[in-house]
Amino acid sequence: MAYSTFQGGVHPFKGKRMSKDKFILEYLPKGEVVYPLSQHIGAPARPVVKIGDRVLVGQKIAEASGYVSAPVHASVSGTVKAMELRLTAAGQPAPCIVVENDEWYEEVEYPPTEPVESLTREEILELIREAGVVGMGGAGFPTHVKLAVKNPSRIRYVIVNCSECEPYLTSDYRRMVENPDWLILGLKVLLQLFDKAVGILAVEDHKRDAITALQMASGNEPRMEVHVLQTKYPQGCERMLVYACTGREINSSMLPADVGCVVNNVDTICAIYQAVYLRRPLTRRIVTVTGDAIADPCNFDVCIGTSYKELVMAAGGFRREPKKMISGGPMMGQSLASLGVPVVKTSSALVCLSKDEVASANPSPCIHCGYCVTACPERLIPSKLADYAERFQEEPFRKLYGMECMECGSCSFVCPAKRQLTQSIRAFRRELLARGKK
Amino acid sequence: MEKLMHISATPHVRSQMSTGRIMQIVLLSLVPASVFGVVHFGMQALYHMLVCMGTCVVTEFLYEAFADRPVRIWDCSSLVTGLLLALSLPVSAPLWVGALGSVFAILVIKMLFGGIGQNIVNPALGARCFLMLSFAGIMTNFSADGISGPTPLALLRAGEAVDPLDMLLGNTAGTIGETCVVALVFGAMLLLLFGIIDLRIPASYLISFSLFSVFFAGRGFDAVYLVSQLCGGGLMLGAWFMATDFVTSPITPRGKILYGVLLGILTGVFRIWGGSGEGVSYAILLGNLSVPLLEKITVPRAFGCRRGKR
Repeated sequence: MAYSTFQGGVHPFKGKRMSKDKFILEYLPKGEVVYPLSQHIGAPARPVVKIGDRVLVGQKIAEASGYVSAPVHASVSGTVKAMELRLTAAGQPAPCIVVENDEWYEEVEYPPTEPVESLTREEILELIREAGVVGMGGAGFPTHVKLAVKNPSRIRYVIVNCSECEPYLTSDYRRMVENPDWLILGLKVLLQLFDKAVGILAVEDHKRDAITALQMASGNEPRMEVHVLQTKYPQGCERMLVYACTGREINSSMLPADVGCVVNNVDTICAIYQAVYLRRPLTRRIVTVTGDAIADPCNFDVCIGTSYKELVMAAGGFRREPKKMISGGPMMGQSLASLGVPVVKTSSALVCLSKDEVASANPSPCIHCGYCVTACPERLIPSKLADYAERFQEEPFRKLYGMECMECGSCSFVCPAKRQLTQSIRAFRRELLARGKK
Repeated sequence: MEKLMHISATPHVRSQMSTGRIMQIVLLSLVPASVFGVVHFGMQALYHMLVCMGTCVVTEFLYEAFADRPVRIWDCSSLVTGLLLALSLPVSAPLWVGALGSVFAILVIKMLFGGIGQNIVNPALGARCFLMLSFAGIMTNFSADGISGPTPLALLRAGEAVDPLDMLLGNTAGTIGETCVVALVFGAMLLLLFGIIDLRIPASYLISFSLFSVFFAGRGFDAVYLVSQLCGGGLMLGAWFMATDFVTSPITPRGKILYGVLLGILTGVFRIWGGSGEGVSYAILLGNLSVPLLEKITVPRAFGCRRGKR
């Protein structure tokens, strides 16, 4: 049966089987917990605690320092040990708050809840902002900014990105199977914000259990539907998802709101549910620890700030010597030089592979096969763009729509000559973007 | 200090397909036609293939060794060139003709233009045309033991009857690899199955050529004539294996279709109004030269962008 999708795309090795049927396990960290101040796009948060202060679970330790910014909350109780530069998944040292965990997990008293139906739009957005909710799929754009569109009545579709198209990742899948009701309630909040919209839960067709669970949970909701999509990477990219669900195309200079859509990730919706219904801030998230180097791949419900090293230990350690460790999915995630970095709001997985496919792939000349053209979901010509990028030729690069690239990695993935297409295009594109901002 | 891992830019995984594997699959897909050639024309056909493939690999290796360039003979692309060249030789040709053609294909057409991926025309076809021009007598002598005489296309041109069934099964005169349409199409199915090529180029080529013959060959819709035209003169070998050569065909989707249509029209023109009744080689060579232009005018509209706006 043909489900809706987009043109192009690739089929990377799935690898989801390793952790697909593992129940979410709660993991409580030991020792110190590290909170980077910048876990989102926008201005880094401003600390509101001092060294030596005692903090509780759910206590705000850093305040948003602007409109496009988000606060950070403690996920453990303990004392603030240091405020210093620590290595993060992005590869650079960044300012962090370090809390020594006393392992009591004493919680702050959460404010009493009110019936959600009686909340106004501004109140809901304020709750989401206060809870520090950001896009948890990877980008980390503050959710309250995304939801504060100029003209809410023009939003026709609220799309929940349940496609999780990256290989290996199963955190969203487990969430959908185990807590579909959270998703439905979270989506209900969004539908309350956008009263003209319908809610679409967009799932890839190979996640049968998730489709069933969501259909059961949303059965009584007239404004929600489960939309089944073809399994393909990058089905979960915002532009592809909007197109597959609604047939509307957006380019790099547009937002989904321009075509009447709002797109949110599964975990983000759950965070919205917790923020609005339970008044709890975002302090935990699901991280898939997987890959062929991991002894016992798992899905963990972890405190934000936990070190990846602890998660590997909790997953039984290494079975083989890892050669490549990735925070996030293998197609768009960050590769890690060391495991001593904390889980942040946007970390969806830790993938440890026993083979470094990039290092073992030796680039050779382009044979003009056009596989990259077929694979590119943006309908670009990656091989030519990479040529121009490598020679710093701005005009032809722009003329062939080089600025439209969204760096999904499909072209590098399929290239039989193993050229670093995405890498070249991204480097030049980012340089041009930076130049344009000056 | 703990040991630091390698980092890399995204994506961190790669598909299994490599240049070498593509070439191996192309070789595999040429096996049916080659086997048929040996069965049909005898051991001489096998010697032709071995000489051409060997000469191609040695030439590439020597050039790379002397020009101090990375040695890339293991990607099997010269084997493909050699085999394609052998398949487009008449079996009666002396072995040195194939060897000379191989040297020309690899040295002049491929390596001097920059090696794999940089050549402007298909090396095997370029070499075939070079041999046709240099040794016209040898290259058009299709006498082999058992069968001799003119090719089906020459018969057609002379107004004589041909048997399309014989042409399908390869029971005719011709070059080593071009006669058996069944074997060629079976090989092409393998290429399609492995996802090496798509249907755009061969389908648009064959369809446009058929339409062109129907309208301009003066025979109207004569099914026997049309089938004979499609099966004869290396059209199947050219359409499935030479026109689809990655390096010398467009990469844009619409470019591929235009390219196929162009080849169909050129082949029709050469066959109907040309001197020899054959035309596939020259049509594809001319098509190769038009590829940069075709790619330039068929840049796809990027996702979400209106044409002209960037």
